[in-house]
Formats: sequence, C-alpha cells, structure tokens
Amino acid sequence: MTELAQDKMAVLHEFIAEAAAKEYAESYLIAVLHKAQELFGYLPRQVMDEVAEALQIPTAHIWGVATFYHYFNLEPIGKHVISVCMGTACYVKGATKILDVLKKELGVQIGQTTEDRLFTLQEARCLGACGIAPVIMIDDKIYGELDAKKTVEVINQIRKAEGDGQK
Amino acid sequence: MKETKYKLTLCDGTACIQNQSKVLHQALEAELDKHGLRQSVSIHLSGCLGICQKGPVLIVNPGYIMYGRVQVEDIPEIVESHLVRNKAVTRLIITEDHLYNRFFRIFGDVDFFGKQMRICLRNCGVIDPENIDDYLSLRGYEALAKALESMTPEEVIAEVKKSGLRGRGGAGFPTGLKWEFTAKQTADDKYVICNADEGDPGAFMDRSAIEGDPHTVLEGMIIAGYAIGAKKGIIYIRAEYPLAIERLEKAIAAAREHGILGANVLGSDFSFDIEIRLGAGAFVCGEETALIHSIEGHRGMPRPRPPYPSVKGLFGKPTLINNVETWASIPVILLDGGKWFSTVGTETSKGTKVFALAGKVHNTGLVEVPMGTTLREIIYDIGGGIPNGKTFKAVQTGGPSGGCLPAKYLDTQIDYESLAKAGSIMGSGGMIVIDEDSCMVGLAKFFIEFTQDESCGKCTPCREGTKRMYEILTRITEGKGQPGDIEKLERLGEMIKRSSLCGLGQSAPNPVLSTIKNFREEYEEHIHSKKCRAGQCAAMLSYTVNVKCVGCGACKRICPVGAVEGTRKEKHLILQDKCIRCGQCYEVCKFDAITKA
Repeated sequence: MTELAQDKMAVLHEFIAEAAAKEYAESYLIAVLHKAQELFGYLPRQVMDEVAEALQIPTAHIWGVATFYHYFNLEPIGKHVISVCMGTACYVKGATKILDVLKKELGVQIGQTTEDRLFTLQEARCLGACGIAPVIMIDDKIYGELDAKKTVEVINQIRKAEGDGQK
Repeated sequence: MKETKYKLTLCDGTACIQNQSKVLHQALEAELDKHGLRQSVSIHLSGCLGICQKGPVLIVNPGYIMYGRVQVEDIPEIVESHLVRNKAVTRLIITEDHLYNRFFRIFGDVDFFGKQMRICLRNCGVIDPENIDDYLSLRGYEALAKALESMTPEEVIAEVKKSGLRGRGGAGFPTGLKWEFTAKQTADDKYVICNADEGDPGAFMDRSAIEGDPHTVLEGMIIAGYAIGAKKGIIYIRAEYPLAIERLEKAIAAAREHGILGANVLGSDFSFDIEIRLGAGAFVCGEETALIHSIEGHRGMPRPRPPYPSVKGLFGKPTLINNVETWASIPVILLDGGKWFSTVGTETSKGTKVFALAGKVHNTGLVEVPMGTTLREIIYDIGGGIPNGKTFKAVQTGGPSGGCLPAKYLDTQIDYESLAKAGSIMGSGGMIVIDEDSCMVGLAKFFIEFTQDESCGKCTPCREGTKRMYEILTRITEGKGQPGDIEKLERLGEMIKRSSLCGLGQSAPNPVLSTIKNFREEYEEHIHSKKCRAGQCAAMLSYTVNVKCVGCGACKRICPVGAVEGTRKEKHLILQDKCIRCGQCYEVCKFDAITKA
C-alpha cells in the first residue's frame, strides 16, 4: 500500500473506531463504505478486507452489501464521473439519445472508464432536476436542457480544460 | 452611499393612524439615528393593509415579517434585535389565520400558484432554510411546544387521527392509526423514522421540501416521538441529495443548540434526538422493511409482513415510519387543528398533496394542491399545458408503480381512490406529462427496465417475471414482436402482482398493464405493422436523404456522430451503420430533404 493510501486508511480506521463505539455498531457498515468511497473513489478489495477485520463482519457480507447498492463503485473511476439521468422526465425528453451520444463520443459503455482515465460514464436513477430535463451531472455539477450538440460541447470543454492544464 | 439593507413598511391607513402609527414613525426614525442605520434602512408608508384589527402594522422586508399592535415601547427592541442583529421579534409577529397564508401573501399573485395550496411547502421560498430563527418566527416549533405543554400523547394522536391524514409515501395508510399502533406497544426502545429515500425517477418533492424547510420535518418527528414514546429518530435519506443532507445536518445542529433536540426537549422531561443515515442507491429501500434492513447495515431486502414495523421494526423494536411530506403536515395539523385540516380535500383523502410536475409541460416544478383538484387543473391551469403545439397523450403518476392515464381521465379528481379506480396510483407524487412524441410501449419498457434492475432478487415472481416482461417488451420495440405477446404480458403482469413479496413487485407491472389497457392499439401496431407512431422506436425508423437535398451541409455539421457524408452542393448520404437516429439532421434541414420512415 502506498503512503497516500495508508493515510487514507488511517482516516478510515478513525471513522470505524467512532462507529464501533456506538450502539448497534454493525449498522454503520453502509456509512463506513460511504466514507471509504469518499476517500478512495471506489471500494478496493483490500479496503473491504480491512473494514471486515475492524468491524468484525465477514467480508462476504460486506461484499454483498457493496454489490447490492448502486452507489458503490467496485472499480476505479475516472477523473470525472458523468452521470446521465435516466429518470422518467429525462427519458421523456430524450435522455436515451444523450446517453447514446456520450457512449459514441467517449467510446465506452455504461459503467466503464475511458482509456485516458478522464471520464467514467454512469446512469443515474433520478437527479431530481426534472424541471430542466434532460440533465447530466458531471462530478457535482448539473447540466440541464441538453441536446446532442450541447452534450458534446460540454465534454469538449472539459477535455480542453484538462488539455490546457497539462501543458 | 450604503446599500439599503432593510425596507420597512408602516401602515398609514386611518385605523393605524388612530393607533398612533405616526408616533411610531417618529420613534423609528429616532431609533435608527441612534444606531446609525438611516442609510441602510428605508421607511415607507403604505395605504391600508386591511388587517386593521391588528394595527398598527409594521412590515420588515426582506423576509416579509409582519409585526402587529406595535407600541412605541417596542420600537427599540425591533430595531436592536431585527435590524441590528437580524433576529425577528417573535412575540410581535402577527399570527396568521393559517400557516399556509404567508406563502400566498408573498407569491400568491403569480398564475402558477393560483390553484395551489401550500401546507407542506408553506415555508419553502419564504424562509431561509439554514436559519432556525426564520423558522421560529413563522411559528416554528410552536406545535411541538403546544404538544409538550398542553397535550397528552393520546391527545396528539387523536388530533392526527381527526385530521384524516394518510401516508404520503404512496400507500395512503391512515397516519393516526399507524401512530396509535406504535404507541400501544410496550418496549424499552422505540424508533421514529423519516423515509426520505425518494427513489421514484421523476420525483423530487422530498428533496425540495427538505432543502426548503428542514425544520418542519424535524418538528413532525419530535412530536411523533413524544406521542408514541420514542427517544430516537432516524432520517434515512438518499446519498444523491447532498444539499438536502447538508441542510438537515445544519438544522439538527441548530435544534440541539436551541434545546429542541437532545435531553429535555424545550425544558420538558421528554428527550429526543435525531440521526441521519444515508441510503446508497436502491429503489427497493423505499419499502419500509427493506429500509429498516438498510439502516441495520444489511442489503436492503424486504421481508413479509406481519409483523409490521409498528410491532417489530428497527433493531427489533416498535418503529414508526412516515414519509417526508407526512412529517411536514404534522405541525400544521397541531396548530390549525385536525378538524381544519380535514376540511381540505375530498371525502376519503384529506389535506394537500405535493406533485413533481415534469415532462412535456410548460411550467415544470413542484406543485401542492388540495386533494380533489383534477389532473386537468394541474396540467393546464398550473402547468400551462403542452409546449410546442403538441398534443397531450398521457399523464403518468406514481412512477414505476403507477400507470399512464390518457386524455379521457383528465377530469379525474386527485385522491387515493379515484386515481386507483382510473388505473393508476397516487404514489409519492411524480407526475410526468407525455405528448405525442413518446411511444407508450417504449415508456412501459423504460419502467420495467427500471424495476427489473431494482428488484432485490429475493422473490421469484419479481426477479424472474419482470425480466421476462422486459424481454418481451424489448423484442416488441425492436420490431420482433410476435402475435400473443400482449396476452403474455397481461398474464405475466397479473401473476407478478398477485404473488410478489413486497410493494415493488406487486406494483411493477402497473405501467405495462395500464399502457396495454389504454393504448393497446400502439402495442398492436408495433407487433403487426412494425410501426411506431411516435417515431421513437429506432429499429422501426431510418433517416435517409432524398432528392430535395441541395448539399448545404447543415446536417453534416450537426450530426454528433459523423454519420453524414457528402461534398458541398452535392446530395449528402447518411451512413446507416453509424447513424444513432437522433433525428437532429431531420430537425435542422431547411429543405425537407431528410425522410424519416
């Protein structure tokens, strides 16, 4: 484990210790996994093993929980996470098209990360921004009232910003 | 010159003058001078505000705080507390007839709000959700104080029962009864849970209600804690709602600071605290037993009921679970009375319901209407109708558990029974308007894709059945439908409804069954004529360039996937294997040179 990862692990252990001191400690498993994902960006197998050890919960159970909930990533994600809202309002207003455009533009399927590790494409259930459908969320920012052209523009803007940053 | 920070309006009508508003004016000016506020506070005199009985009246904006029966002696306090320290003087604020009035006093003259009645959302947009004083100034936590001071737990429950309030999460179980069942249990621990796991795609009522007024949810929960004898509350909220979570955290911290949460609530011998637990993206966790499992740290899978959570819930203890909107109604019921609340709405459904109006409608957003309002009133009067000159095709209520109602049901009144009778459900409040451009088979497929993906997998009818339905719908939309498919869907759907373990499976076939019932001809066209009248099923659709093409290149420029080829001033060509059938070339062409078939 790298030094950076060890630092993160220390933060996680602290969080687990706090939870473990509470009543019904094992009920904080999901909160612990949230914390782990916040720190590592996804849930690496090794981290789940450590959580199992610290909370005295079988890894199999943790694996079961982690795979049950959509929110948890089991693979490393790209620098930017694109969530395409597939809620009903967005669907009615053409979300599938937006998704198709993104798949072609990025050359990935849902749940995959681009080769340059810049983007991960995900589906979201509903981002609750139905008033400005169709929407996508990139990291924490919502882009609304999209069409195919605007979507590609958004992606290119980010690519450009990233490219400029590297120069 | 300094910017004006506050705008005071002093009523200068006859009655208020009689009550010495002129003297107040002078006293105000003097007091402002004393604090050096003359530059940053402006005073305006208004005509009669019509609330003469409470005169003299002084309004402070922003915030629309209305002080009544103001005496000269009160002026220093108002200036010092409100204008200097930004804390409204609660004791002088005019108590409204009903809590929802203030919203309309501020926003009521906008068309969109005309037919609405805001009880749950009464404070949304009116108060600063991150400032507990704002909430307090609008009689916040007064219902809690009233309950603790002058009501027994039984009386609180009786008041909720009298209101006729039914659960706003979707099923519509009478709230008062649920409270009573939980109260009757004897146990060392009991829990109160707020279900804010709003997983229904196309719905954002709970998110907005919490973001706009987090304290009212807390107040409702604390009151319930007192009524049923619980010491702990848990808010189970989606991790996808970061702002709502942040506001709840702030609200809980502020309530603790003010002695509203924690040991000895408001100085009484009742103690209560609230904790937030995050969901992790599982629709089924909206089901109460699944939600409980999730809080306990397990996979969110439901279990058979009984025992109901009111008997055996979280950690095996009696547990009361209500939805965000239900909680937000409680303070109003206690302050304005259950009897008053029961005068709003219809025979069987009392009060108001919040809907997330979205889809093909002019005004999208949150609307709160009295039960009994018709779908037409919501879609046309409040929503402003269908944009772009398109025709209304259906309205979808209740999300993946609900159904699609065609135009003939537009005059259906909104209440639990009428919507069920029409073939849909109230649900948690999603309302999606659909126009002619949407394919109903595609929409049914969309919902079943959602439910089959969200099915927890515990019981076979739901796990396998929804998957088979999805397969059949997929082949229909791909132009490979077979005669008999419709009947198969109906048979499967009925079977899944009857034999699934929880509400998710029992309602999953609804979108399919209701579209078959109301739009059967579209299914038949797909299967027999391989035709999609909405032009949405891509497999039955292709775009080609016809002879009218002048080679302007507009289609080539707009195509997001580079599927159009051709040199300038020559007829272009669409490469069918690259084309994603997004239809942008069709829309951009000024020469009608692209054929959609």
